Amino acid sequence: MYAFDFVRPTSVADAVAALGEADAQALGGGQTLIPALKQRLASPSTLVSLGAIAEIRGVCLDDDGRVCIGGGTTHATVARQAAAHYPALAAMAGRIGDPAVRNRGTLGGSLANNDPSACYPAAVLASNATVITNTRRIAADDYFQGMFTTALEEGELITEVRFPVPQAANYQKFVQPASRFALTAVFVARFADGVRVAVTGASEEGVFRWTEAEAALSDSFTPGALAALSVPADGMIDDLHGTPEYRAHLVRVLTGRAVAAAG
Amino acid sequence: MPKDHAPKDRGIGASSRRREDVRFLTGTGRYTDDINLHGQAHVAFVRSDVAHGRINAVDTEAAAAMPGVLRVFTAADFASAGGIPCGWQVTDRHGAVMKEPKHPILADGKVRHVGDPIAAVVAETYEQARDAAEAVVVDIEELPAVIDMKAAIEDDSPLVHDDLGTNLCYDWGFVEDNKAKVDAAFKAAHHVTTLELVNNRLIPNAMEPRVAVGDYAFGTGDHTLYTTSQNPHVIRLLMGAFVLGIPEHKLRVVAPDVGGGFGSKIFHYAEEAFVTFAAKALRRPVKWTCQRSESFMSDAHGRDHVTKIELALDAEGHFQAIRTETYANMGAYLSTFAPSVPTWLHGTLMAGNYKTPNIYVNVKAVFTNTVPVDAYRGAGRPEATYQLERVIDMAAREMGMDPIELRRKNFVTEFPYETPVAVVYDTGDYHATMDKLIEIADFAGFEARRAESAKKGLLRGLGINCYIEACGIAPSQLVGQLGARAGLYESATVRVNATGGVVVMTGSHSHGQGHETSFAQVISEMIGIQEDQVEIVHGDTANTPMGMGTYGSRSIAVGGSAMVKAATKVIDKARKIAAHLLEASDADIELKDGKFSVAGTDKSVEWGAVTLAAYVPHNYPLDQIEPGLEETAFYDPSNFTYPAGAYACEVEVDPDTGKVTVCRFAATDDFGNIINPMIVDGQVHGGIAQGIGQALLENASYDADGQLLSGSYMDYAMPRADDVPFYTVDHSCQTPCTHNPLGVKGCGEAGAIGTPPAVVNAVVDALQRAGHTHVTHIDMPLSPARVWAAMQTN
Repeated sequence: MYAFDFVRPTSVADAVAALGEADAQALGGGQTLIPALKQRLASPSTLVSLGAIAEIRGVCLDDDGRVCIGGGTTHATVARQAAAHYPALAAMAGRIGDPAVRNRGTLGGSLANNDPSACYPAAVLASNATVITNTRRIAADDYFQGMFTTALEEGELITEVRFPVPQAANYQKFVQPASRFALTAVFVARFADGVRVAVTGASEEGVFRWTEAEAALSDSFTPGALAALSVPADGMIDDLHGTPEYRAHLVRVLTGRAVAAAG
Repeated sequence: MPKDHAPKDRGIGASSRRREDVRFLTGTGRYTDDINLHGQAHVAFVRSDVAHGRINAVDTEAAAAMPGVLRVFTAADFASAGGIPCGWQVTDRHGAVMKEPKHPILADGKVRHVGDPIAAVVAETYEQARDAAEAVVVDIEELPAVIDMKAAIEDDSPLVHDDLGTNLCYDWGFVEDNKAKVDAAFKAAHHVTTLELVNNRLIPNAMEPRVAVGDYAFGTGDHTLYTTSQNPHVIRLLMGAFVLGIPEHKLRVVAPDVGGGFGSKIFHYAEEAFVTFAAKALRRPVKWTCQRSESFMSDAHGRDHVTKIELALDAEGHFQAIRTETYANMGAYLSTFAPSVPTWLHGTLMAGNYKTPNIYVNVKAVFTNTVPVDAYRGAGRPEATYQLERVIDMAAREMGMDPIELRRKNFVTEFPYETPVAVVYDTGDYHATMDKLIEIADFAGFEARRAESAKKGLLRGLGINCYIEACGIAPSQLVGQLGARAGLYESATVRVNATGGVVVMTGSHSHGQGHETSFAQVISEMIGIQEDQVEIVHGDTANTPMGMGTYGSRSIAVGGSAMVKAATKVIDKARKIAAHLLEASDADIELKDGKFSVAGTDKSVEWGAVTLAAYVPHNYPLDQIEPGLEETAFYDPSNFTYPAGAYACEVEVDPDTGKVTVCRFAATDDFGNIINPMIVDGQVHGGIAQGIGQALLENASYDADGQLLSGSYMDYAMPRADDVPFYTVDHSCQTPCTHNPLGVKGCGEAGAIGTPPAVVNAVVDALQRAGHTHVTHIDMPLSPARVWAAMQTN
């Protein structure tokens, strides 16, 4: 780990100000950044911890019935506090990493990093959630822009994410045996106006929507509706743990399972 | 030794709780990294990030000027030091000795694997050393990497070691004189089953990474090395005599609590020699603590064989001959015992539990631009067992025979049995362990369980296999003939204190095995005192007799035997003292329950009174025996021991994803007599977990450029608690070893040896039963992607 300065502001405004310094870096739960620092793969001049900012923590319902989660909320908190409102989302949060990860890692940190195998991007995209930052609101469809790439500007902080609650939803994660990140995972959300299917872990472009499946499932929300569909292997990740063909196959299998489980 | 099956509260056969766990589980163990010496400096190594290259220049000037830096070392500093030695010389099938490359402490001229140390920076703090290490400028001309073993021994391959002129370390034939007979048996065979397979490369991943602290006392010229070792005396000898030229009386090696080794901490590593050398050069203690990612590219790896095995059978299924051809990866240098693993620890086990009259084993050991490969839990025996038990299963399927019946038909049943591969099994009962397996694994209920799985859409399979291993390593004269550059006896000193307590100083080393408990049980049994009256000391060359350490499931069979020999000497002397005190003849004195008595009388004297007399010899036969009560013994085994058993694995395969779940696992092991059943259970459990890890999860993978793709836990899959089922283990089948005093065989490696074929046999069985009849083999690890891909092929 290289030397760095450490600040722990208590407001979004102070955090944004601190992030204005050259080579400053925001620190959420640190579940990606701290290992990168330990391996000397990152060398920020200042780490701006978001851990003391009360205004970006917590889970609540807004007047439209959306589940609103502060960007600094840990996965463990989401697993507990969103369970009554959005069980599929809470279940997903409850299966990220292990207890230590879930008690440190945050929603905002996961989304800002946009790891191609992370869980949250699938939930946010399938839920058609809105990512709220210190400066603006970003629709999920506009937020994810490829592996480790998002719509966030330099120094922009995720303060909250608002999740519309679907009529039915389910997340199916098939884990990579070593990291237990998603080798491929699918979040299916059925709304009154249609079904959304988001896939993580599979594509070299990061999380994506499987629009053919969405159309078929909007007509008939049954696993059988997927029978004639297939996902092209082109652009799928090829690594030690799976070929593009395997990942493409898993997308279909897991989508079917998510539909069956969502009922 | 008496064998006693009755539950006991102490001594041999008692499930005494592991006394060492009190400190291990409460964070009060003392590991090498807990040792911090006054004035200690820290080293960080500059390691190669390319697999193969010529070093044009190493510029240390900027690094040397960095804050806190004491000195930057390169190969030039070690001109007077020897290289890292190899402890075993194999002679090839043509009578020539193996090719033995130089193994410098720091890379000299070339780098030969990712992780090869090039320079070492010693600084006041570790962070300073690491900062400065990044400032060392290394100019390397990258060369094509040698990765694939078969390509490596083609004429046009680049050379890992230019001066050797070849990448072939040796081409070993065993038994070479059998070859013509074996070939003839294949020509005459009714059926031949052929299987090509890979025994996947593994990274040991002991919980505690390696650590070394070197210390030098300027006033006396004494060196001390604290290190994470399974055999401190071996390190003292290898490093002292061959690398640094320090005589044993000026070099102390201490291996305190060690957090697992699995073989990887047998070997002498460059970092140990470095800190010892640097401590003298700087007159400062020097510490190295291996980072986890560093351990992936500097600990010796395990396995990595590519094998073709053929099995010839007659029409009734009797084995006629076995012929194998194996490419064994040595990596870039010869690690301490690397040459012995694919040869004498592998070829000699190719008979398995079966009477096959003709066997020929060919092994080509190959240098590649990868981390050195050496012994890892089982060492050669898992590789032998895996290929043999896989090919037998395949033969049974091809011939339409039941896999258990085919095995039974060929079991060795008469002992001693001399195999065609040069070992003599002293005792065993393979039908008994198979009978017990059928019972404890509930084979009768399999079809019902399979139907339940089918209701869930899952494919259930049952895999069985047998194994035999050679443990209790090893008769020194025999291994000397086979190329070992060491003896493989073990030692113990039994010191009795004046008030009757006993301290055993053993050459065996415990790094998780529970010796402090089980060795004490043996002494407790022999004398009849409580176990807490016995202390076991190990791991420090300053206070233990020259010992060879712990590996090859040898501790209780060889180290325990040395302890029994020394304790017997002590008891014999104590008996003489007791005879004097009781005014009787030695021959009439009996020792029972901590009391010496005169046979047939009520005259007796307590153990403690005798030991007190030994140290306060007022009433004592000083004209006949010396005061004191302390004896040392060395024990050299007359044969290997041969644990054997039968394992069964049930899996469920998800046909949609290829995911394999191990649902049930049963193991029957014949370990001979058992000292502590609970510890034996634990050893078997751990071995099975590692076996499941190899079969389903673990894989050290290099790309064509020699980059380690699975270089961290993000890509190297270790087994976790939810990857393994509850095990059913049984060791009630006991045929005691005939040639050691405890009748013990050793249990440390069995699980890792017996498990992989059971798992793979089960997965193939599941797919076959589901109609995937073209799937006859899948290479380990059977990851979901691999199993799914196998199901797609036709």
